[in-house]
Amino acid sequence: MSEPSKTIFSRVVVGITGSGFVSLLRTRTIVALILLLLALVAGIQLARPGTVNAIWISNMMLFAAPLGIVAAGQTLVMLTGGIDLSVASVATASAYLMATHSGLGVALAILYGLGVGFVVGLINGTGVALLRVQPLVMTLGTGLMTEGMLVVYSQKKIGEAPRVPQFIEDLGAGKFLGGIPNDLIVWVPIAIILIFVLRRTGFGRLLYAIGDNSKACTLAGIRVWRILLLNYVTCGILAAVAGLIIVGGTDSAELRLAEVYLLPSVAAVIIGGTSIFGGRGGYSGTIVGALILTVLNSILTLLDVPESVRQILYGAIILLLAAAYTRLTE
Amino acid sequence: MSEAPLLLEARDVAKRFDSVVALKAASLQVRPGEVHGLMGSNGAGKSTLVKIITGVYPADGGQIFVKGAVRSFRSPAEARRAGIVSVYQDPALVPDLTITQNMGLAGAPVDAVRKWLAELGVARLDFSLLVRDLPDPTLRLIDLARALAWEPAVLLLDEITASLPADLSEQIYAMVKRWRERGNAVIFISHRMAEVSALCDRATVLRDGVTAGVTERAQGSEERIVALMLGAETARAVASAPSTRATRQRADDAQPALEVRGLRCAPQVNDVSFKLYPGEVLGIAALEGQGQEELFDCIAGSRRFDEGAIVARGKELRLRHPADAIAAGIVLVPANRLVALLQQRPIPENIALPAFGRIRNWGPIRIREERTRVASAIGRLQIDTRAGSELRRLSGGNQQKVVIARWLASGFDILLCFDPTRGIDIGTKRQIYALVREIAAAGSAVLLFTSELPEIPLACDRAVVLFGGRVVAEMPVSEADEATLLRSAHGLAPSVEASS
Ligand SMILES: Nc1ncnc2c1ncn2[C@@H]1O[C@H](COP(=O)(O)OP(=O)(O)OP(=O)(O)O)[C@@H](O)[C@H]1O
Ligand SMILES: [Mg+2]
Repeated sequence: MSEPSKTIFSRVVVGITGSGFVSLLRTRTIVALILLLLALVAGIQLARPGTVNAIWISNMMLFAAPLGIVAAGQTLVMLTGGIDLSVASVATASAYLMATHSGLGVALAILYGLGVGFVVGLINGTGVALLRVQPLVMTLGTGLMTEGMLVVYSQKKIGEAPRVPQFIEDLGAGKFLGGIPNDLIVWVPIAIILIFVLRRTGFGRLLYAIGDNSKACTLAGIRVWRILLLNYVTCGILAAVAGLIIVGGTDSAELRLAEVYLLPSVAAVIIGGTSIFGGRGGYSGTIVGALILTVLNSILTLLDVPESVRQILYGAIILLLAAAYTRLTE
Repeated sequence: MSEAPLLLEARDVAKRFDSVVALKAASLQVRPGEVHGLMGSNGAGKSTLVKIITGVYPADGGQIFVKGAVRSFRSPAEARRAGIVSVYQDPALVPDLTITQNMGLAGAPVDAVRKWLAELGVARLDFSLLVRDLPDPTLRLIDLARALAWEPAVLLLDEITASLPADLSEQIYAMVKRWRERGNAVIFISHRMAEVSALCDRATVLRDGVTAGVTERAQGSEERIVALMLGAETARAVASAPSTRATRQRADDAQPALEVRGLRCAPQVNDVSFKLYPGEVLGIAALEGQGQEELFDCIAGSRRFDEGAIVARGKELRLRHPADAIAAGIVLVPANRLVALLQQRPIPENIALPAFGRIRNWGPIRIREERTRVASAIGRLQIDTRAGSELRRLSGGNQQKVVIARWLASGFDILLCFDPTRGIDIGTKRQIYALVREIAAAGSAVLLFTSELPEIPLACDRAVVLFGGRVVAEMPVSEADEATLLRSAHGLAPSVEASS
């Protein structure tokens, strides 16, 4: 039924990217994405010679980490065919709550932050897994509610003013060994664990299986709701972790702190080759997706491109890659 | 070799999917006014040939001639305009749309579809129903009626009878004959030798993507067809395989593995009771829609019932989820393989799936152990794994085998098989029934529904006949010949009370 649109669409893609790239994307997604990333880096070096050096690379990693972590949770959810639109609000709320409790000591303050992720994740999971609300609707709702409650909280809060502890600041902005960003200490283990979980554990298998055909999972004796619940909670906590790193980088807990991460978190997943219908993809693609978006952002900032153009470019890249991926499902 | 001009000819058609060679040199000659059987084992390339003829896939090599002229269609719509229409192996209807919307989507004339449905015995069907709410056999008939509405000169039917019960299959045969009488041609694909020899004028046999031979008369050349399909050697082995069925003596005080008491699940299941003993294969015979599907679903825990009890090894079960049934050792091979499979995932993940129902298996997978388990299940069913990186690339019969393999790999006490040989080739069918016997001999119990009544004596010890959601007859397999079963299934025989 979708045949004509498919061929026209994929022809456009082939025309722009070359059929070699599309088939590479198909057989070795990661290699193709890394090539794309390198091409962007080369582009930046051509446009502004001398930009690409050790410091620049280190900065890219520093900026990519929070996006990579939000997108980690997003990957988990999108693999099951869902989506989590509350991640940005959760990240913001986590940062804010942590900052207003910094008087209690940094450990407890962090727990407050992560607690937000846990609670919102639990609500999302309950809605999606048990009450069968559409993930998009559910997480949009909880996202807006989190945002609203945070505003109320910030207005009512007379006592402690938000303050970002030194530890968090170091985590989000510092570097060690002459240039390795501290936030990689969080991101790298998360990445390793996630890739392992998705490839080599029963939980990972089930995420793909549910994304492919959740009815089949039920028939095979799997209580799907348990996996979904755990999955949304994990996504919420990852978003909360990212919030802490983001606020460490900016050093001020604002009410719209993480808003800009919402769409990139979804975009990184799609660019990385995870299907929005679930059932195929993985985290390694998302990592490269996050790096591509970060580098792209850096190019556009460097070239002083206006925000509108930036958005158009973002959209175009997502469309092109998404179209290229649809060829894979032929 | 024939004076009649050919309606359709395929000459040395070749097709590969990446590394999988589906067709090497498939040739087919179809004359006007004939029903032409297209035979071959699972994965021989029948469906692929159908899809190339009707423009779903382009061919890599070879030619298609329609009335003598070379044609190559780029889409099924183009083939349709040349008078060639297929009913594909898997239903080609969008579940979330109504019938009318589906017809609109395909550009089919709704009135004509209605007319042909009536001719097929489905007179009053509400076209505003969603396709997802309709039973499988009805969907097949809608598929067929839509194809007929385009009045094709060549009608291709890819395993249309595989999921149909005896009475509906009869409707199809009648329609096929009618189509032939009009001077059209029908290409008929089926794994049921009996219907092929009764229906087809000639037959072409594919083996491993090559046309292995053509029989000028399908009737009476069954053995030749099997030999062509399987290769002479294998065919001989299959034919000489001893019938494995050996009715076991059962102690009278034996505890049933499964007992169903007064089960009611309105409106389809009205009063069903039976006992199933360890080591036994109990056959269920019924026409379409007599409650058998719902009965299986209830026992498997995927449907709630209103009244009655399901007892396994003396314990009444509380079945609220398939997981409960599985925990009690009851597993289901469902009617429709598409609902049970992960189409985008590889074969091993499909087979290993049930293991992950237990939370303690959510951690690291013991890959090596899993591999051996999966490999042995694949081996026992001889699944063709060449295209196994994604399930949807497997041939229909091989997909069906994966559903069965899943439970072989994970283990069970009671196997509920709903039409397990649907779409499975002759050689494998024998293997599956041998396997069912083997499972029973090892002490498990099997409840088996089959839409092919002649298969009941092949595999079962006892048969129960359902009609209108009730058990109307129960008999040992020695009395369960096709005629008797068919009579009871129509509700005609004097109701025999449970005799054991
Ligand atoms: N889209 C595809 N991608 C890869 N391989 C495919 C694809 N479609 C079919 N094949 C492979 O081509 C071979 C022939 O498949 P086909 O579906 O034509 O068999 P068939 O004769 O119809 O079998 P069955 O009786 O089981 O339906 C099989 O090995 C199958 O796995
Ligand atoms: Mg087929």
